Amino acid sequence: MNKHQEKRSLGKSISMFFTDREALEPALITLFAALFSLLAGVALIFLVSKEPVQSVQNFLLGPFLRKYNIYYMMIAMVPLTFTGLALCIIYQSKHMSLIVDSSFYIGAVVATAVGIHLTLPAGVHPAVAMLAAGTVGGLIGLLPAILKIRWRANELVSSLMLNYVFYFVGSFIILYFLRDRNQSILSSLPFKTTFLLPRLVPNSQLHAGFIIAAVFVVLVSIFMYRTKWGYEIRLIGANQKFASYAGLSVPTVILYSHFVSGFLGGVGGAIEISGLYKAFIWQVNPSYAWDGVIVAMLARKNPKFVPISAFFLAYMRVGADFMSRRGDVAFEFITLLQGMIILILASDKIVNYFKARRLKRTALQQSGQARAVAGGL
Amino acid sequence: MGEILDNQPAIEMRNITKRFVDVLASDHVNLSLYPKEVVALLGENGAGKTTLMNILFGYYQYDEGDIFVHGKKVSFSTPKDAIAAGIAMIHQHFTLVPTQTVLENVIIGVEGGFFLNLGRAKKKLLEIEKRFGLNLDPDAIVSSLSIGKKQKLEILKALYRDAEILIMDEPTAVLTPQETDELFVELKELRNKGQTIIFISHKLGEVFRLCDRVTVMRDGAMIATHDVADVDRQTISNEMVGREVRLSFDKEPASPGEPALKARNLSYVDDFGITMVDRVSFSLRKGEILGVVGVDGNGQSELVRILTGSAKTLTGSVHKGDQDLTNAAPRRIRKAGVAHVAEDRMTTGTALPASIADNLLADRYADPTYTGRGGFLKRQAMAQTATDIVRRFDIRCSSPNQSVASLSGGNMQKVVIGREFTATADVLIVSQPTRGVDIGAIEFIHSTIMAMRDAGKAVLLVSSDLGEIMSLSDSLIVMHAGRIVAYFPSAAAVTDTELGLYMLGLKSQDETEIRMVLHE
Repeated sequence: MNKHQEKRSLGKSISMFFTDREALEPALITLFAALFSLLAGVALIFLVSKEPVQSVQNFLLGPFLRKYNIYYMMIAMVPLTFTGLALCIIYQSKHMSLIVDSSFYIGAVVATAVGIHLTLPAGVHPAVAMLAAGTVGGLIGLLPAILKIRWRANELVSSLMLNYVFYFVGSFIILYFLRDRNQSILSSLPFKTTFLLPRLVPNSQLHAGFIIAAVFVVLVSIFMYRTKWGYEIRLIGANQKFASYAGLSVPTVILYSHFVSGFLGGVGGAIEISGLYKAFIWQVNPSYAWDGVIVAMLARKNPKFVPISAFFLAYMRVGADFMSRRGDVAFEFITLLQGMIILILASDKIVNYFKARRLKRTALQQSGQARAVAGGL
Repeated sequence: MGEILDNQPAIEMRNITKRFVDVLASDHVNLSLYPKEVVALLGENGAGKTTLMNILFGYYQYDEGDIFVHGKKVSFSTPKDAIAAGIAMIHQHFTLVPTQTVLENVIIGVEGGFFLNLGRAKKKLLEIEKRFGLNLDPDAIVSSLSIGKKQKLEILKALYRDAEILIMDEPTAVLTPQETDELFVELKELRNKGQTIIFISHKLGEVFRLCDRVTVMRDGAMIATHDVADVDRQTISNEMVGREVRLSFDKEPASPGEPALKARNLSYVDDFGITMVDRVSFSLRKGEILGVVGVDGNGQSELVRILTGSAKTLTGSVHKGDQDLTNAAPRRIRKAGVAHVAEDRMTTGTALPASIADNLLADRYADPTYTGRGGFLKRQAMAQTATDIVRRFDIRCSSPNQSVASLSGGNMQKVVIGREFTATADVLIVSQPTRGVDIGAIEFIHSTIMAMRDAGKAVLLVSSDLGEIMSLSDSLIVMHAGRIVAYFPSAAAVTDTELGLYMLGLKSQDETEIRMVLHE
């Protein structure tokens, strides 16, 4: 019995991962979903392309063949990581809010205002923007939670509706308060240079947001698995009725989990805007929340795995983009592959098949042990 | 013991083997059932009783073996085939249409054709009722029937379909002692008229009163078959569990102290406007087990929900010492030192997908012992406590990190008991502590409850198992239709027949007798 008290070494936990079927199976299914979607992508290319071999090569290997493509992947990972983390928290609490879309978008708008109107030293400037964007994002995240607690409104529905509202609120703010009227296209006034995130590699777009994202992965993992708040979120996700019975204040947990999730979205929006742009020029909402859904699902709601799944999604994106610019397959085929991933991951039957098989095995072993014990007596 | 007149078995199962993937749920089982007998099928949860009956009823296909009905080999691929062969299964949970009449419920699915010949059907039903001595008004609306009568209706449904073999799955679980007596008289009558009855039960006492033969299963295998006259309880219990079981324990007399929890004038009206708890008052004293007896659905669950914070009382108050816990949140009630074993471990008592450790610490993770400064969990301390409870309460698992969903019912219940009984509480509200739990675990849970009492804690025990409540409780209150109708300061001084009269609402004590439970 003492073995559970020992501090597990990394090697031991890795080897345990491979022997612990409860942990291994979901990982295998996720891996299967990823590989299957890639294979399906290859098959699809062979169906539609006139030069399939070249296209497949561009799709699968392209992201690694050019240095700038590698930077692209890293850049693309940043917003995916933030929305993925935000949705991991929501999903762990068994809620479905997609309000992080608004948090991200409004976060970018708030950061824009900070970037234009405040005068602060470099380094502090984007940090203040992130904090402001995160706070506003968190407050927006609270709305579906309040509607849910107060009136039992389904948070998925209300968040989807609110996303429209906030998109237009954001556009309104940019158009009426922050717009650069000297520009012919829709653009905000230019940011102060102190607001821009430093570049990690000269002459590339790879910005410091990549490192900040990595830090947040660690922070959110600690939050979810090492603090009492994470414990509470996981507990209401496991069984809300039980959580309330055990003495948790379920509404409080719902509120702060939504706030933290929205906060992450807001920070993500601020980083995206200060890392890649010199002014706010989004004509449409980039809607990273939907990508966040895939990232969170691929990561099995575990923040630890978010970088891996964000990388995978970024890899597919950059590959598809590279291929489409050099061949005859449209970039949009990526949506088919994403759909496939979701379908596989969402089909509980596959997961349950393995689960049932394992449960039956354990039951057999236990009854075997019981018989052995009974025989010994 | 019923005489076996016919030498040919009505049903014979030979070498029935059933594997689920690679679990042997039914291990070369042989079972012969003769006309005119009641056979008990005994075994712990997971022993294979249900699997075997589902095979007999055509729900499952078996991998090996043969089934013979009256000497003729049969093979059932659906329950329809089994019904056609004269086999009927009566489930614990009734399958009736509450808004329709008895007659309409009986003929559902039997009387074909475009036009219903209700007159003829009624005649047939009345004939059956007369032949088997089962009286039930064919025109009564089902929702107005008592549980005992609903069960009678289920039996009539089976007989209407010319069933000769009735499989009854724990039929007495929901009945009062009186209703059980009546059922047994009826079942014996059915037997005498030539029916075969398979009686699945946990309750040994009932098996001895009703059955002619008893068959014990364990781990999917047939362990033994006895004539009831030639065997005693101890032997059968040991066969079921596979080791020596202690059936009764010596109970020290209680020495109740001060009232620990005072409930005064509690009322609860449900969403349908039905008064479920009606001005209930009592005091729960330290060092005593106060049993709450009643037919399920007479307000016991709602009373517990009020006391533990998941329902609000319309009137009155709950006090623990000088703390007012009236309509307080569960968190505050727990903080005040009230622990609660929830009646349903699957929906309320545990979080199934979470680990055993997370379940065990759910009521105390926020204590400074487990949460340090900055909200960081002290995982070492948590693992330590979880491991301790797992060991102390003998929760059979490979690791405390295993999910609760993967545990057996008994071990799941031990998780609930382990958490609640190690909480820093001096009042324990214990609901259905052993529902659906096997004998080995029951023995353990009962002795733990006794130990809690002996340690001076106040225990409120609610259970639909009358045997359990009678053997554990020091004093009893009886609830009927939301009210306390009787208080017995000494549980030992009352018989279950007398309790039954109060449970059914046929008898009620006067106000002064009931007020004794206030201990003022």
